[in-house]
Amino acid sequence: MTGLDRLLTLDRRWIFLLIAISVSIPLFLHAEQTITITPEVRGISDTVANLPAGSRVILACDYDPGSAAEIQPMTVTFLKQALTRHLRVIIMGLWPQGPQQADIALREALTDPRVAAVAPKYGIDYINLGFQSGNEVVIQRMGSSIPATFPRDARGRDVSNFPIMQGVKDFSAIAYVFNVSAGYPGTVEWVQFAGDRFHTRIGTGSTAVQAPQVYPYFPRQLTGVLGGMKGAAEYEEITGFEGKGTRFMLAQSCAHVVVVLFVVVGNVAFFLSRRRQRRIGGEVAGS
Amino acid sequence: MKRRVPIFLTAFVGIIYVVQFFVPHRPFSGMQDLLNDWVQIIAAFAIWLGVLNLMKVSGDHVYRRASGWPLSAVIIVSFLATSVVGFFFSGGERFQDPGTPFDWIYNSIYNPLSSTMFAMLAFYVASASYRAFRARNREATLLLLAGFLVMLGRVPVGDQLTRFLPEGYRLSNLADWIMNVPNKAGQRAIMIGIALGTVSTSLRLILGIEKGHLGGES
Repeated sequence: MTGLDRLLTLDRRWIFLLIAISVSIPLFLHAEQTITITPEVRGISDTVANLPAGSRVILACDYDPGSAAEIQPMTVTFLKQALTRHLRVIIMGLWPQGPQQADIALREALTDPRVAAVAPKYGIDYINLGFQSGNEVVIQRMGSSIPATFPRDARGRDVSNFPIMQGVKDFSAIAYVFNVSAGYPGTVEWVQFAGDRFHTRIGTGSTAVQAPQVYPYFPRQLTGVLGGMKGAAEYEEITGFEGKGTRFMLAQSCAHVVVVLFVVVGNVAFFLSRRRQRRIGGEVAGS
Repeated sequence: MKRRVPIFLTAFVGIIYVVQFFVPHRPFSGMQDLLNDWVQIIAAFAIWLGVLNLMKVSGDHVYRRASGWPLSAVIIVSFLATSVVGFFFSGGERFQDPGTPFDWIYNSIYNPLSSTMFAMLAFYVASASYRAFRARNREATLLLLAGFLVMLGRVPVGDQLTRFLPEGYRLSNLADWIMNVPNKAGQRAIMIGIALGTVSTSLRLILGIEKGHLGGES
């Protein structure tokens, strides 16, 4: 077996091993990285920064732990930025696990000294309305009545008792919706049912896989897009709340480089083998 | 009758939603709210239906000792354990509060297992790219090049590699251009196609031409 054959039939466990090394070792290293801020990320940060203090924003968490590596840093940073800007955050989810992920993010955000200095209180500065079944119909129902869609919070308490929900009828009371999404139902449904129908301003944090699908909505139907972990890192950079997005960038850089190298090596081997086959074919035809 | 009633209901509900979009006033707005509430209730029941179906299928697997039955047993045991802990040992409606046994199951078992499943994707993507991502023809080469540039341009190392170039011409700028121009154009074309398809299918459903959802031929 030649070296070329070995390359073409490389045991995939070697690939797995190299990926494991390229992802895990950088997690323990620290390297200065320049993170360029894209207009899509600036769109989210600027919108939140320009909202008047006291404005109500919806944090719609439509993801599960599977995509938390990419999306959780966005949720944490959004909570930090919103709470330190004295915005009132209404958390909800169209995915059953979303509001619980938001709870985890909230616990992390509240440990930040800058957030702790604001001392946000449940029911006044933020509330978790929990999960509601019905996918995009939930968004449509919120357009006519948010309290009717979410009569109780995630802990089963009447939402009308909380100051943050006083005067909230429909989307007209909401200054901004930030949707962190990993698929259906998610950003596309928020744009179609809340943005286009009720003219709600929306921004999104999406997985890297989903981001290309939501790019066409920027900048008219979405004020901004955070795409994958790079988007999370940019958002942390621009808001000054460094977190896991920035810390994991080195690991992601290394993984991307390794995958690109694999593609290059795979293609070189492919072309060499094709040339060899043609040569052999030519020799057979000649004889 | 078995087919006429569902066809009538589909047409009635469809027409209410269409009319309400253009006339968002009473009585249509009220009717739409009512229908939306029904959808939410039906969706909640559908979750239970899904759970019961999963239990039935898994129970059958275990009973018949079908291939992979131990995995079905794990599903049943995990479901029952999580439900019992959530319903009876986690403080009722406050079951998601920090420190409850349900919260522990979510954070210590479900969360890492779910993340692991997703993380394994990276390994298979790398392996698949090595074996299948080939520049076999012009289209595949274009796709390969775009993927190559976006993968490097979407991480800081891309800019490090092209630091010698003036700002605006680095890999990250190229990746942004790919995302904002060819990608947007392609995605918009797909979206318009899907939207037209949705409109035509919806019309067929409302008019009773399409009957596939009733289990018969259209």
